[in-house]
Amino acid sequence: MTRSGWFWVAVGLLYFLLPLAATAEFSFKDGDSYSFAAYREIFDDPQFRDTFFLSLKLAIVTIIVALLLFIPTVYWVHLRLPQFRPLVQFLCALPFVVPPIVLIVGILYVYNYQWVPGKYLGSPYYLVPGYVVLGFPFMFFALDNAFRAIDVHTLTEASQSLGAGWTRTLWKVILPNILTGALAGAFLTFALVMGEFTMASLALFNTFPTYINYIGQTKANPAAALTIISFGITWLALLGILFVGRRPGRTAVQVGGGAR
Amino acid sequence: MAYLELEKLHKEFGDFTAIEEIDVSIQAGEFLSLLGPSGCGKTTALRIVAGFERPTSGRVVVEGKDLTNVPPNHRDMGMVFQAYSLFPNMTAEANVEFGLRVRGQSGAERRKRVEDLLELVGLSAAAKRYPHQLSGGMQQRVALARALAIEPRVLLLDEPLSALDAKVRVQLREEIRRLQTQLGITTLYVTHDQEEALSVSDRVAVLSQGQIEQIGAPAEIYNAPGTPFVAEFIGTMNRLEATVAEEGQVQVNGMVLAVTDARGLPRGERVLVLIRPEILDLQRADGAASSALVGEVVAHIFLGAITRVKVDAGEHELSADLPGHRAAELPVGSQVAASFPADGGRVLALSEQPEGPAERAPAGQ
Repeated sequence: MTRSGWFWVAVGLLYFLLPLAATAEFSFKDGDSYSFAAYREIFDDPQFRDTFFLSLKLAIVTIIVALLLFIPTVYWVHLRLPQFRPLVQFLCALPFVVPPIVLIVGILYVYNYQWVPGKYLGSPYYLVPGYVVLGFPFMFFALDNAFRAIDVHTLTEASQSLGAGWTRTLWKVILPNILTGALAGAFLTFALVMGEFTMASLALFNTFPTYINYIGQTKANPAAALTIISFGITWLALLGILFVGRRPGRTAVQVGGGAR
Repeated sequence: MAYLELEKLHKEFGDFTAIEEIDVSIQAGEFLSLLGPSGCGKTTALRIVAGFERPTSGRVVVEGKDLTNVPPNHRDMGMVFQAYSLFPNMTAEANVEFGLRVRGQSGAERRKRVEDLLELVGLSAAAKRYPHQLSGGMQQRVALARALAIEPRVLLLDEPLSALDAKVRVQLREEIRRLQTQLGITTLYVTHDQEEALSVSDRVAVLSQGQIEQIGAPAEIYNAPGTPFVAEFIGTMNRLEATVAEEGQVQVNGMVLAVTDARGLPRGERVLVLIRPEILDLQRADGAASSALVGEVVAHIFLGAITRVKVDAGEHELSADLPGHRAAELPVGSQVAASFPADGGRVLALSEQPEGPAERAPAGQ
């Protein structure tokens, strides 16, 4: 690389790393010296544990619902309805342009109808449908890429000619070959749910992001520590994508590269 | 009774007619090829037999049982695809095993059968390899073993060699034929490569525009093409437009040629005389017989054992295959006379011409 090339890389790195380093430095500050006090305070706070595990559970449920919804859909679109692929792609990209605040107001309206059983209304799992919608683009593009990398028609027909029905074909032949895409979609959805603030806050649920917000407004050093923790979670999810994309013998997954 | 019957198959995709009518019976253990240019309906016919397409009308019957509405996974047909059909997540062994697992065969029996089949296709050493670690030829061998593993009623091959190198192609087609003869399995083979079809089949059905033009043994198809289309499609053919003259004679450009095949045709009828390049003989024009076509050598094409000599004979361009030393005596520019034995030419009435390629209107015009 040329010298000016390195210069711009350095500028870019500084832009991303400086705030992070400053936050990290601040999170360790304890009066005039450094300690883990701020982290200890966070980890000892029962609210941290409650909200963290609630968000974790919501993320897992969201991922399961999204996978169950999208794997058969994308498979069928590729196999039988390729002419509808642009339409599905458009619909799945909508959450990029519709802000979550609009989405949650709409969803709350829906939940106000009579048919929603009252005793469940307090359950945070009512957030899951909204999260699934927010995750549409991530799930769809990750899976769409994975399906395009394999010959869906030939593999399906080969499986059928050998006597397999739809369930076995999907489970034993198709799924293992799009697993990388499914996992990439899952990790992205995970990172999304672990950081989604607007919907939870407006629906008055205390999830991990609303807890971060609360701490941020009340305690200085623990807020910095929490920022670093939450950043670490996102990073782990991204590393997960890199890891599953690099398994030998598999096509590397390009996340989000499918919007053509 | 025939083992596999395609009864009056007809298939339309919207406005497009893929198969006009195909009606063919295949005997048990027979190797039949469907041969034709792309878009002739051969692959559609195969897919109907496999169950991936439903015919618009007509039936698929195996051993007297109507399978037309049976889904593909209940048909017991072994299929080998063009390429990329092996399951990428499974080893060669697991691919072959797949159909046996579906059938719930016990572990020991299954492993024995997988071993036998991989040995049969010469790939025992590659059992543990994944498809991406195998060459194209090896992948197709595994696909063949996988299709044979389930002991299918019919083996279906959809241009299985088209993605391979020339050398591997010849090797593998001979092996397919050897296995087919050894196992006595009824086989339907789709290809656009005439050499491939002629070299491996018991019978060849030549298809054009969704119809069978001619069906017969390879030698019959090659030596006695029944329609101008078949004559044009199979091998190289010299075509002479002629008029029937005396008994057993035709007139070309005012010259009378003896052709045994023209016997019994009404005098004055317009016909097409077809002569293979290897039948046509060339002599220097000075000492030539009177019943010959005269022209000028315009090109030599070296084909290894023989040289194809192109002759411009006015209205016709002729090709003659000669041994190298004979061709050398007739350099480009020399005047030559072409002749052929009376029983070496084939005569087709020109009224059959509308089915031939020359008169075919391209689709969509």
